[in-house]
Amino acid sequence: MCSRFRDSVILSAVLALSLAACQREERNFQGLPSGSAVANPKVREVELVPGGNVPADSRPGPYEENAYAVSQGKTLYNQYNCSGCHFQGGGGIGPPLMDADWIYGSRPANIYETIAEGRPNGMPSFGRKIVPDQIWQITAYVRSMSGLLRKDVAPGRTDDMQVRPQEQSAQKAKPVQSAIPKSAEIP
Amino acid sequence: MSAPSRTDAGRPADDDAVRRQLDETWRQAPGIWGWLSSVDHKSIGKRYIVTAMVFFILGGLEAGVMRAQLARPENSVLGPDAYNQFFTMHGMTMMFLFAVPVVTAVGLYLVPLMIGARNVAFPRLNAYGYWVYLAGGLFLYISFFLNTGPDTGWFSYVPLAGPEFSPGKRVDVYAQSITFTEIAALVAAVELIVTIFKNRAPGMTLNRMPLFVWAMLVQAFMVLFAMPWVATATQLLAMDRLVATHFFNPAEGGDALLWQHLFWFFGHPEVYIILTPALGFVSMIVATFTRGPVFGYPAMVLSLLSIGFLSFGLWVHHMFATGLPQLGQSFFTAASMMITVPSGIQIFCWIATIWSGRPRFSVPFLFVLGFVVLFVIGGVTGVMFASVSFDQQVHDTYFVVAHFHYVLIGGSVFPLLGAFYYWFPKITGRMLDERLGRWNFWLVFVGVNLTFFPMHQLGLDGMPRRVYTYLAGTGWGRLNLLATAGAVLVVLGVLLFVINVARSLRRGVRAGDDPWAADTLEWATTSPPPPYNFTYIPVVESGSPLWERSEELAAVSGLRTDVRDVLVTTLLDARPDSLHRHPPPSIWPLLAAVATTILFVTLIFTPWGAVIGTPLLLLTLLGWGWPHGRDHREQRMVEQTG
Amino acid sequence: MPVLFAHALVQQSYSTLNPASPQARLVDRLGDSMFITAAVVFGLVVLALLWAVFRRRDSDEGPAEDARREWPLRTSALVATAVTTAILFVFLILDVSVGRSITTNPGKGALQIRVTGHQWWWEVQYRDSLPKNWVTTANEIHIPVGRPVVFELKSTDVIHSFWPISLSPKKDQIPGDENSLWFQADSAGVYRGQCAEFCGHQHAKMAFLVIADPPAEFASWLARQRDTALTPTDALARRGKEVFLASPCVMCHAISGTPAGSRIGPDLTHLASRRTLAAGTLPNTRDNLIGWIVNPQVIKPGVRMPPNQFSGPDLLALVAYLETLK
Repeated sequence: MCSRFRDSVILSAVLALSLAACQREERNFQGLPSGSAVANPKVREVELVPGGNVPADSRPGPYEENAYAVSQGKTLYNQYNCSGCHFQGGGGIGPPLMDADWIYGSRPANIYETIAEGRPNGMPSFGRKIVPDQIWQITAYVRSMSGLLRKDVAPGRTDDMQVRPQEQSAQKAKPVQSAIPKSAEIP
Repeated sequence: MSAPSRTDAGRPADDDAVRRQLDETWRQAPGIWGWLSSVDHKSIGKRYIVTAMVFFILGGLEAGVMRAQLARPENSVLGPDAYNQFFTMHGMTMMFLFAVPVVTAVGLYLVPLMIGARNVAFPRLNAYGYWVYLAGGLFLYISFFLNTGPDTGWFSYVPLAGPEFSPGKRVDVYAQSITFTEIAALVAAVELIVTIFKNRAPGMTLNRMPLFVWAMLVQAFMVLFAMPWVATATQLLAMDRLVATHFFNPAEGGDALLWQHLFWFFGHPEVYIILTPALGFVSMIVATFTRGPVFGYPAMVLSLLSIGFLSFGLWVHHMFATGLPQLGQSFFTAASMMITVPSGIQIFCWIATIWSGRPRFSVPFLFVLGFVVLFVIGGVTGVMFASVSFDQQVHDTYFVVAHFHYVLIGGSVFPLLGAFYYWFPKITGRMLDERLGRWNFWLVFVGVNLTFFPMHQLGLDGMPRRVYTYLAGTGWGRLNLLATAGAVLVVLGVLLFVINVARSLRRGVRAGDDPWAADTLEWATTSPPPPYNFTYIPVVESGSPLWERSEELAAVSGLRTDVRDVLVTTLLDARPDSLHRHPPPSIWPLLAAVATTILFVTLIFTPWGAVIGTPLLLLTLLGWGWPHGRDHREQRMVEQTG
Repeated sequence: MPVLFAHALVQQSYSTLNPASPQARLVDRLGDSMFITAAVVFGLVVLALLWAVFRRRDSDEGPAEDARREWPLRTSALVATAVTTAILFVFLILDVSVGRSITTNPGKGALQIRVTGHQWWWEVQYRDSLPKNWVTTANEIHIPVGRPVVFELKSTDVIHSFWPISLSPKKDQIPGDENSLWFQADSAGVYRGQCAEFCGHQHAKMAFLVIADPPAEFASWLARQRDTALTPTDALARRGKEVFLASPCVMCHAISGTPAGSRIGPDLTHLASRRTLAAGTLPNTRDNLIGWIVNPQVIKPGVRMPPNQFSGPDLLALVAYLETLK
């Protein structure tokens, strides 16, 4: 291939690699500013809303490509006892998180809302108990459980007894809208 | 092949014709292609040395930034994440990219010359080793600039370096860059062992070998036995991180201490791998600059061998604080103290040599004197560390930092600098400036003492290692500032060295074959040596081939000059045994190194890397090994006529 | 503030050269004797070197092929080697004997304290035959003077190392392992210790205090620590307790006597009785507490506690409450 084309291909590959690496390895200790708009994604809770349809929030989460944040999210998932209902992603009291079924949406903003506002049928609202930056970290981790994050960003195994394969090896489970499970329906 | 003759009578009348033909046969191809495809150990050795010195300067800059951060309490030059990357890079650069490669490189350059050979035993493998080393260094530094530099220390303990506590690719870069440098070291070890065993000039029996050659032989065996363990450890770590194995996971039957055992089983011999060639440098310099052979040759050889052997029995002294059983630890105390004895024997023999000789105060000799002072300081604090209970106070403090910098800088860098001043004329044909050299020596000597001596006190006062800052109330500020001031002097001294080299390359006094009136065979050829090293392979008749000859050196005759024939001799007595046909310059080692790089780098991102990289590597090895038709037939002819 | 803290730190003993326990003293003496020997050996070697280099020579002296010179040189080298070996042997014996002294089991009367390393703080637990008497605190360890104390050392995450500097040599805390060390404080005082194994971002600021009290004071300290947190009487402090229970704090911190029971972060039940905050990083003052709560990342970047948003009045109330936790 001609020299200029080859050079630009090489340059763009190098840039892509650098950006990916820089983002993945960033350790942002201050976190996201709590009061900013990013802490309040605009996601509908109910279908019925005056003034017509509100477009869904499709912005990528802030930590989709940050391995450090995802790893922090994994630690928090266990420390804040998400595993108490969702276990290590297999579900139990709460629905599984490592499969392709999403009741309230799989986009980062949806998951953020689920954690922050809670959901009917048992998901508590953590918005006043977990700072937004940490909710985003947990969000990113939850997405990694079904293989939705890049392999080099998803976490490896923990130093505990192994009850699930590492998220790095999770096959990407294409998200599918699922209905509320029968067990959770209000009789 | 006719018998070697003692006079000119057996040689062809026209030495110039011989030299022209040898030059034609042995020179590397012209231009960039020639440089890339060179299999000349001197060409490879020179670039190896230059690359290692560039890494030395980079490592020194990292240290400079660290010292700037630590000069004052609660300083803000570097935050904790950046500092962690800096101290890790400093350690890795100095240990993996500078210390071992540079002494190996000087060895690869000098050993064939010292033993009267034309090249190392496997010329293309030598080139491959360099390219893999360069690739490893570039891989590490490019990762560093992409914020993916390792940040858990050069010995990277698990679980901190494991998958849970070191997310991202930083530690994978650590593990894999070590693979590169370890392959390069193993390649060099193989080269040195085979070359020293089988390519010595006729008559150079083992007990006539120069002490530097012995040192490189011992070092090569140490590399062979130590390096595979760091390779194992890093691959296990990479597997834990990438494919969820449990080697270091206590909850699933693994053990965090396993890493420490594996690493230090390599890590302790590693520091003696760095030291042993330096001991060889010192022997050569002391002999030349006191105008007499080193006192006690058998004792010197035996102590080198003991150091090599004993160094494998000390590793647990890095783990005295981990709670291992006391009796077992005491064995390692005994072994760690024992290794002082052969090191001491070396120093006593050198002092005896100086005492009975006539010292010349050139710069190489100054560096040797500096070495003795600094190495003994480092050595005696090392003995203090051998004691379990004292170690448990000063382990992981600045006392350790002081100790190992004294033994590494004093024990290795000083002899290395002396070696550069000594052999620069041979390598380049010009002398380094004596006056600049003296300034270089004194600045570095004073600077090193000013930087590292206060660290002993800091460690005793409770300052731990690997801290990005410290509180004002600890009172550590003054000594830290002093250490930083010393570091400035060291930087200036090294700068002077670089200036000296740059100036002397262009305007240095031209050196003849033997400007120092030295004794070993490399001084019996031109400065710089021709591509074929020696016009005639010398025949050695004593341990002092140049000082003890009464007439011209005897030489081997009957070797062909139109092909790359190399004389192979027997192991103990160096009697001529057979001929080995060396390959012409080849680009395949470089291509194989590129394929190796692709294999290793892609592997840390995806297992498909093995699928991509392995066939590439096999292809390049195929090209490397493909027989050249004409040479192959000729080799068979030579073997048949024997 | 830094001046005050500097003064406070200077009061604390934190050098291996100021041993405050028989164990540390044994090691210090061993270190001293090795140091003196080392200095003497160094001096002798340098003197020998200088003599060898600068001794007066006749102009026609040559290398030591001369038998006349060979014999004394050989003898000197042999003697030097023999002396070196003897010195090393003596130190080996000394070291083994000191090692045995400081590790021999102190016996049944020892107080047992469990110290668990976390990134980047110390969990300190005093156990008892009655679980209700267990005390869990953080970063500050009180011990009685003159009584042996055995520390059980564990870690929940990475390798840390418990190093009470002037009181005892260190011992690593390795996940999956349990190590122990023991010592006995000679006299009352405040002794600073450090983490001594690189454990991540804030290894540099992971210190602890060992406070040796006379036995009676120690007993009353322990009794107070066993109490649950007092219900605040002051209105501002009561408001502060409500703020605490409604905020993210309860996700990580426990205060016994309240519904907050999380063991992820340091126990705050008796926060106000401690001299420092953030593992020995800051003196425990109101301003430092406010600064720490609002943004710990400025003081210890990388620490697990996030910055917190409180309104001005809420923050003051919270701090008022925390200051009642004596």
